[in-house]
Amino acid sequence: MTTTEPTPAVQKSSEVLLSVDGLVKHFPIRKGVLQRQVGAVQAVDGLTFDVTQGETLSLVGESGCGKTTTGRLLTRLLEPTAGTIVFEGRDISHLREGQMRPLRRDVQMIFQDPYGSLNPRHTVGKIVGAPFRLQNVKTEHGVKRAVQELLELVGLSPEHYNRYPHEFSGGQRQRIGIARTLALRPKLIVADEPVSALDVSIQAQVVNLLEDLQEEFDLTYVMIAHDLSVVRHVSDRVAVMYLGKIVELADRVDLYENPMHPYTTALLSAVPVPDTKRKGKQERIRLQGDVPSPINPPPACRFHTRCWKAQDICKTVEPPLIQLAPGHQTACHFPENATPEQEATATAAAKA
Amino acid sequence: MLAYLVRRVIGAVILLFIVTAVTFSIFFLVPKLGGATADDLASRYVGKSVGKEQIHQTAERLGFTDPLYVQYGRFVKGLVVGSDYNYGPTTEHCPAPCFGYSFLTQTPVWPDLVARIPVTASLAGGAAFIWLITGVGTGIVSALKRGSVLDRSLMSVALAGVSLPIFFTGLLSLSIFSYGLGWTQQGGTNPLDETNPIWWAYDLILPWVTLAFLYAAAYARLTRAGMLETMNEDFVRTARAKGLTERDVVLRHGLRAALTPILTIFGLDLGLLLGGAILTETTFSLPGLGQYAVIALQANDLPKVLGVTLIAAFFIVVANLVVDLLYAVVDPRVRIS
Amino acid sequence: MTEETQDSVPEPQRIERGEAFLDVRDLKVAFPTDDGVVKSVDGISFQLERGKTLGIVGESGSGKSVTSLSIMGLHPPGVAQISGQIFLDGQDLVASTREEVRLLRGKRMAMIFQDPLSAMHPYYTVGAQIIEAYRVHNQVSKQVARKHAIEMLDRVGIPQPDRRVDAYPHQFSGGMRQRAMIAMALSCDPDLLIADEPTTALDVTVQAQILDLIRDLQREFNSAVIIITHDLGVVAELADDIQVMYAGRAVEYSTAEDIFDRPQHPYTWGLLGSMPRIDRERTERLIPIKGTPPSLINVPKGCAFNPRCNYAHLNGGASETDRPELLDTGNGHMVACHLSPQNRRQAWENDIKPKL
Repeated sequence: MTTTEPTPAVQKSSEVLLSVDGLVKHFPIRKGVLQRQVGAVQAVDGLTFDVTQGETLSLVGESGCGKTTTGRLLTRLLEPTAGTIVFEGRDISHLREGQMRPLRRDVQMIFQDPYGSLNPRHTVGKIVGAPFRLQNVKTEHGVKRAVQELLELVGLSPEHYNRYPHEFSGGQRQRIGIARTLALRPKLIVADEPVSALDVSIQAQVVNLLEDLQEEFDLTYVMIAHDLSVVRHVSDRVAVMYLGKIVELADRVDLYENPMHPYTTALLSAVPVPDTKRKGKQERIRLQGDVPSPINPPPACRFHTRCWKAQDICKTVEPPLIQLAPGHQTACHFPENATPEQEATATAAAKA
Repeated sequence: MLAYLVRRVIGAVILLFIVTAVTFSIFFLVPKLGGATADDLASRYVGKSVGKEQIHQTAERLGFTDPLYVQYGRFVKGLVVGSDYNYGPTTEHCPAPCFGYSFLTQTPVWPDLVARIPVTASLAGGAAFIWLITGVGTGIVSALKRGSVLDRSLMSVALAGVSLPIFFTGLLSLSIFSYGLGWTQQGGTNPLDETNPIWWAYDLILPWVTLAFLYAAAYARLTRAGMLETMNEDFVRTARAKGLTERDVVLRHGLRAALTPILTIFGLDLGLLLGGAILTETTFSLPGLGQYAVIALQANDLPKVLGVTLIAAFFIVVANLVVDLLYAVVDPRVRIS
Repeated sequence: MTEETQDSVPEPQRIERGEAFLDVRDLKVAFPTDDGVVKSVDGISFQLERGKTLGIVGESGSGKSVTSLSIMGLHPPGVAQISGQIFLDGQDLVASTREEVRLLRGKRMAMIFQDPLSAMHPYYTVGAQIIEAYRVHNQVSKQVARKHAIEMLDRVGIPQPDRRVDAYPHQFSGGMRQRAMIAMALSCDPDLLIADEPTTALDVTVQAQILDLIRDLQREFNSAVIIITHDLGVVAELADDIQVMYAGRAVEYSTAEDIFDRPQHPYTWGLLGSMPRIDRERTERLIPIKGTPPSLINVPKGCAFNPRCNYAHLNGGASETDRPELLDTGNGHMVACHLSPQNRRQAWENDIKPKL
């Protein structure tokens, strides 16, 4: 596998916008007469990563990997159990609702379900204009004008101002959602599966729209998605999550052409490809079984129960997420596609 | 599951405790807030002909001058071990569970309640049986024939059933079947024992049907809505895709899922009715708890009103508990989680 | 109406191929609503032999699910207006009584659905639901049926089937549930299996397992399979033939190789251009199809795709007035498009192929 594509210029400006350190979110499980806590869903269990200004970082993984919980933590819809979230140099991990309010202008979220996230009783004008009212923002030519400009920006007609969400198709509703998100010119947008509910042809329209907007407003995206093809298209960097942990974090090109964690390899080879020549070939890695429950995740390396490379050490020592190549972090004792030195680094890190 | 059961039972007991406290406070605070003194209360029991001094002594002996919580404590103690009421001329013993002692009729409340529960239970149980069968049946038919003439006429009847009050339908049926045609007696009931189950049922038919009509109508609407929803579920489509007969699809798959919310409401309705079907019992002169409550209220006989309120609350709380436990039996998702 | 007369002429090459195991001819399904008649399926024809897989691809509202429900006879009576013919092993399902079709459902044709959680009854165990499916069509005791259910669960790769048979659907993971659905569908050894978006609700690694399973089982049972999906990657994995649907009609129909390597319809091009591909070099930009899918009450005149088509102007107005028929362009590759062969080849070679 040779890198034919230049490494994307992540370092447009190396200014860190968002910094996450040791982020943990456990949801307690209570049982018995006294409702004692008997365990916890370890939805997110120790994430550390930075998001730099203007980049798109994607979180990918299967259901139960904690990517959605992470998105909700970053936007502080949830409060972390432990760890810190620093946005523009300010620790926002435990801010109260009132303190979060000014921050909500800068950090916005796009949801997966364009049907469920729009109030069916409000007009498009009211929905898209809501952030102005909530944040008491003065607009130059009035809220209506501002909303109409936003609608045009996302490819809707300004005449749609007085219509209701049900009059729109799925793709148009997602555009409405994006317009609302953009109203206050946020710096960071957390997009949770923004296109997965849309038809293929519409998906492409929305993906392109998101890219155009990023360019125009210098937006930073944290994209949460399960579709690896879409992720490759939109991301600068990709973090692969498994059962609440990041197992691999790398530049897009690196990750797709040179995956080092076995889970990433398996994930990539499982993607069905619209090419009949690959049909039925057994070259693929087929993982056995399902993702284990995040209530009782396997000890040490959480992937060892499904990993074909697993050895005894994987069941006893948790592999740390370490940098094996420039900008390429992996948490594995036996990385794929690794040079002997890299393998030695991984072994040494495990012993430390 | 056991932990769930224990937790629910403890919760129910605590709830009942709170209900007695609140009810007791209301019944004994309200006269006080209305300006009545402890002496006024006592005078209702010994009569106004006696002297003020004697009334005051009675008030003290009966504990009306004590703070509310002391009186409440005494009441709870009476519930558990019984109590004695010394109101001057004689001392009356009220054995446990003592729901209070009526000084107007000079009887403890509890035996009255015990005598009247079977009547109310007969009425409620029989009516429940009828409304469950007819209401759910009507609802299913209506849902399956949605939009048809049959559906619309059934739902119109159901709307009438929900809207018409018992004293209207009850008196109407009485005037036709009892006074007009003379088919049934004009009120009252026979107690149920081995010798006369037929007469017991025969005398109750009119109140049963009247009461059931009201509830059946509500259940028909509820079942119809539930069935319309579940028949559109994916699992019903799967049942059809398996090649099941339409009857099995509707009853085993559609109705099974639609029944759960109906079960909940049924339990609560039945619990509520066991505490006394005031309008029905009054209309048909049935000596049940509801009628008892009406008589006690008219006579301003506070201990009786308190007693019947508590017994009604008891039935509701127990029904609630039973429904929750049944839910776990019906829905495996509740059982296991 | 001229359209009607055009439709009633059966396509000649169809009859020459003779009666296939499943032979759908000019199927139309319409739903009258308050707003007008929704023509969900507006005249489609295809054939399928045992042991072969047909992929039906299209976006929401293209009529792909409605087609499958019509074959299964699952549209409620009086709601859908169905015309045309559906021959299953020579028997016309459209002309059969409801009871006749019911006896075939589950036995000769079975279906698996998108969301296995909502497709299984939450109050019955997985085993009970499979046993029920088996006993509708087989006069056997419960014990025999239970043994069969355990065998089926084992066959679809559920570990400890003798214990899992008594579990409830919510105790299964998504992948296990879909396996159980497949076990249920195959319990009577059907000749035709319809899979409606069988992996859309599943994770990608589980999706791969389920696709493998469907392929293996098809080989073993030699059944005909229809796979309905919006995901071109999934059909590429399984299908021998592919029918691309748009607004209730087939716009292209051919072998999977033809559809992916030599697609001829602008809508198929659009679908291929819209999806980012993990197996190719990353393109700077996706090429979406402009506009949105049409309302099925007001399908555009002429070619339903013309308002979204980049090549409609090359046809001298025909796209806006005449509905193109699905015609063979050679070797059984059928396309419903007004573009001349030269224009089509040019567009494909110059505009589309280099950008995929």
